[in-house]
Amino acid sequence: MKGRSRNGALLLLIPAIVFLVLLFIYPFGYGLYTSLTKADGSFTFANYIRFFTNERDLRTIGVTLGIAVPVTLLAVGIAVPLCYHMRRGVPGEKIISFFFIVPVTLGTVLISEGMLTFMGPNGWLNQLIMALHLAQKPVQFTHNYAGVAISVGLQGFPYAFLMLLGYISGINPDLEKASQMLGANKWQTFWKVLFPLMVPGIAISFCLNFVMAFSVYPSAVLLGQPSGPQRVIALAAYQWAFEKFNFNAASAISMIMAAIELLVIAVVLAWRSKLYKGASIVGKG
Amino acid sequence: MIAVRNKLKISNALFMIVIVLFVFIVLGILLTVVLNSFSKGWYSGLLPKVFTAEWYKYAGQEHKIPRLIGVTFLVAIADVLIGLLISFPAAYALARAEFKGKALLLSLFLLPMIVPPMAYGIPLAMLCYKFHLAGRVIGTIVVNLVPIVPFMILVLMPFIEQVGTNLESAAKMLGAKRGTIFAKVLIPLTTPGLLTAGILSLVKSISLFDLTYLIAGENSQTIVVALFTDAYAAGARPPQATDALAVIYFAIAMTCLLVSLRFVSPTQMVFKVK
Repeated sequence: MKGRSRNGALLLLIPAIVFLVLLFIYPFGYGLYTSLTKADGSFTFANYIRFFTNERDLRTIGVTLGIAVPVTLLAVGIAVPLCYHMRRGVPGEKIISFFFIVPVTLGTVLISEGMLTFMGPNGWLNQLIMALHLAQKPVQFTHNYAGVAISVGLQGFPYAFLMLLGYISGINPDLEKASQMLGANKWQTFWKVLFPLMVPGIAISFCLNFVMAFSVYPSAVLLGQPSGPQRVIALAAYQWAFEKFNFNAASAISMIMAAIELLVIAVVLAWRSKLYKGASIVGKG
Repeated sequence: MIAVRNKLKISNALFMIVIVLFVFIVLGILLTVVLNSFSKGWYSGLLPKVFTAEWYKYAGQEHKIPRLIGVTFLVAIADVLIGLLISFPAAYALARAEFKGKALLLSLFLLPMIVPPMAYGIPLAMLCYKFHLAGRVIGTIVVNLVPIVPFMILVLMPFIEQVGTNLESAAKMLGAKRGTIFAKVLIPLTTPGLLTAGILSLVKSISLFDLTYLIAGENSQTIVVALFTDAYAAGARPPQATDALAVIYFAIAMTCLLVSLRFVSPTQMVFKVK
């Protein structure tokens, strides 16, 4: 009986496994294979060597990390205290969450496109800055690092916020009360009780935010200087594939992107398991 | 006591500053896009001086707007339906059955969410060109399943876990066949989950960009990809015309979001992982 139901369950998994193999594992394997071959199909490391010896390509790693890491840290860093503040609800929470969800739904393309006008030299933001006499001449927010970082942050921050809000409001409030009754002040309660319980949520939202920021493509193209200082790694891969039609080189860059990504996630998860050790299972309210 | 109250005030003030700043930027971006699309010669000043609808006509001449909207919805709806057909049985099996390698399988299913789309998208696009899927609507539907299915599995699993096994066992004891149990017991009980997963994925798939961008052609692209191409080729057309297309996209995405918020809460738009 048990065996039968197990086989039934496995049957139910077949469509999803077929999907995963055909549309993810096979393309990924194909990419790995392509990255390790020449155009004629013979084995080579040349595609990787080319990337690591070509200064223009190699620096895309630094450029992308230089956008993704600070923006993700900032997004999560602002979201944590904000969610802590909102953990038991604040007036207008529904409207606030609505404004946070809007950029997530609209996507990077619309946000970046809109930023060009809104944050441009004659846009509303600069009009406001000039009216308040915060600067002598219009501040440049577009076609530079700031533009890309703001656009990625506008996208990532709400994501981190909504994810952490779900997490932090799920922590049993009795734990906080208990800690206060035992004489801990707010600061101690936060660092010794709440923060450790939030670590898994922080780790996950950091990872997902980083993934989004690291594969930044539309915002770098629209709001940065994609030929120079903001030539991100995704753009390098795209150019090799669809401008130079060298799919072997493009696949190698794709594989490098995935490897860096997984490396960062591994580091974050290691940090998480060092700090966390399964404490919040009792903490979940 | 006074110190505590001051501290509370500071945290309240900081909270308000962050919220106000964020809302100002988001509203500012959206309003300038809308105003700019209706404006003529708005180079300075708070508001445009001349209003016009000509950019919409212009955008309509450059793109087959009905076709763009049609493809966008066709892709989104097809992905939701096919996605549910694939992920509901899988989520059921993962929520109920215990078997060797379950944890491994689950993390494999989540892998497409943590690998950036640009990384697996390029080999996937190469295969699409090889198998003549690129440039066709069916290709756009197929590639966008990759981010949708794992998301759906994640959303559905807790809903299935919530439904106790008792009802299923009772139905089995009363002689119901597996198919009947699925159709008459499980699906009605998990309707909220199916609805949530479907709506969230619909909203999500309208804004999916990367994979569509890599493989779509003129007739198989979605609005968001057309919008990016227009914005990228700035200079080739007036920015107001790009904004007109942006407003059309904005209107569609916003309508879907507002409808969806009647059924789901904003925190569900991002998924939770335990």
